Amino acid sequence: MKALVWHGKEDIRCDTVSDPEILEPRDAIVKVTSCAICGSDLHLFHNFVPAMMPGDIMGHEAIGEVVEVGSGMNGRLRKGERVVVPFTIICGECEQCLRGNFSVCERTNRNKHLAEKVFGHTTAGLFGYTHLTGGYPGVQAEYVRVPFADTTHVKVPDSLSDDQALFLSDILPTGWQAAVHCDIEPNDTVAIWGCGPVGQMAIRSAILLGARQVVAIDRLSDRLSMAEASGAIPINFEQESVIGRLLDLTEGKGPEKCIDCVGMESHVSFSQPDTVYDRAKQMFMLENDRPHVLREMIYVCRPAGIISVPGVYSGFSDKVPLGMAMNKGLTFRMGQTHVHRWTDDLIHHIEEGLLDPSFVITHMAGLEDGPEMYRLFRDKQDSCIKVVLKS
Amino acid sequence: MALTYVSNLLRHEGDPHVIETGPSSLSSLDRMARLLGWFSVGLGLMELVAPGRVTRALGIEGSERFVQACGLREIGSGLLCLSVDKELGLWSRVAGDALDLTSLLPPMTGDNPQRDNAQLAAMIVAGITLLDVLTAKGLRQQHKEGDGMRRDYSTRSGFPQGLAKAKGAVRALRQPMQGRDLRVH
Repeated sequence: MKALVWHGKEDIRCDTVSDPEILEPRDAIVKVTSCAICGSDLHLFHNFVPAMMPGDIMGHEAIGEVVEVGSGMNGRLRKGERVVVPFTIICGECEQCLRGNFSVCERTNRNKHLAEKVFGHTTAGLFGYTHLTGGYPGVQAEYVRVPFADTTHVKVPDSLSDDQALFLSDILPTGWQAAVHCDIEPNDTVAIWGCGPVGQMAIRSAILLGARQVVAIDRLSDRLSMAEASGAIPINFEQESVIGRLLDLTEGKGPEKCIDCVGMESHVSFSQPDTVYDRAKQMFMLENDRPHVLREMIYVCRPAGIISVPGVYSGFSDKVPLGMAMNKGLTFRMGQTHVHRWTDDLIHHIEEGLLDPSFVITHMAGLEDGPEMYRLFRDKQDSCIKVVLKS
Repeated sequence: MALTYVSNLLRHEGDPHVIETGPSSLSSLDRMARLLGWFSVGLGLMELVAPGRVTRALGIEGSERFVQACGLREIGSGLLCLSVDKELGLWSRVAGDALDLTSLLPPMTGDNPQRDNAQLAAMIVAGITLLDVLTAKGLRQQHKEGDGMRRDYSTRSGFPQGLAKAKGAVRALRQPMQGRDLRVH
């Protein structure tokens, strides 16, 4: 079969690879009909997240059809069913899964020993996201083996098209969780840094959850126009002061809720000297992440506010003003998304017509065009915000 | 492909492995930048470890510290070329090339017995400078974001029933699936 394979920094190829096989009774093979390139795939593209190996298949957002099931399915998943493959693999039985903390499932990471050394505890197994999270082959392929498929899959109602349902795999529940983590109240201002795909979903979620005003921060006019379309107030950080404008919008008090949809690769600019400092340290492996957004959020967030972090950070961050955060009494909420905690609600909202996540798709291509699409998305060319690849 | 072969040996049994490799996201310019980066690192290491060989070949004995400093600079430029900021790395190489050419002027003239070597070195540096400039310019063109030609997505609200209906439509969340046994659908 064809698959997008990581061969090294900035080197993704559309390779011919061997077909996946059923290995365990709870496995299923899914024929991928659509998959997407996620912003967090770019961290792997840039080799900023450790533990990738040449030959690893990329991708963790997919929808498709079940073509084969293992013997342990007991009727919970059948051939021919249309399913979303979420990025987290879950057993549905461990203590964390039973608490709804699916992204830290205790059983599905088959490289648990590595994760425990790096993170202290294991996280769930993830598709196509390094050997720290199980080294599972990703979904940017014609077929994918879904381990623990009876609990990992999300069934797609016929009323939803592929393009509407695809983002239940990651970016929609990720943006949603980020907004839910903010405990949004009717008078709240929610400031969202980064208007990429997750940022766009977080903006829509904050509006659905009733924020008084939502502020979207980016530097690209196409992304800001998409944010503005949903009622957000745009701030172009290359044209105006983020802190000054946020204070203006909140009578000098700062936003109650801040969401970081940027993560470890903040834009580097000489007008923000800390980003140059971070980039230099990152290059010489003295720091993993560029936490400019975290610093700015901690500074501007209203005391006793909430900082929600769906953006991916990989390791050590320098010069994060924890003293400021502590003295202002800020609450931090973060983590990989507990996808299955939110999918029932989100499917319901899409069916009700409250939200149509397909608005974010700007580019569609075939799987064989994947390497070029990675480059286009990374370079933000042709106003690319979200790429969907069709098999 | 060799690394892929090794990693396939370490892969979990039954996982797909590469049979035939396809076209890459790396362009020829990206590869050239990478090649120049490794060249820089190699040259830098040589200057750092064996500065005497360089000074003898160029007839500038006594300048070993200077050559080692150039070596450090080369390694820095090389690492930049190998990073995602390769264009910056290439321009730093161009600046370094200019410094090298300036430093080669004195040994190319006068009664230096190694002036032929110095002239040859200057010609090589000049050639590589041209390559650095062309690669850097090509990369800038290839990876530029296309400012001024950005699309307007202001009709994409994502709310089929309109913003007014969407605002605050989902205030009361249902309880998350805490405690729910997922095996019972």
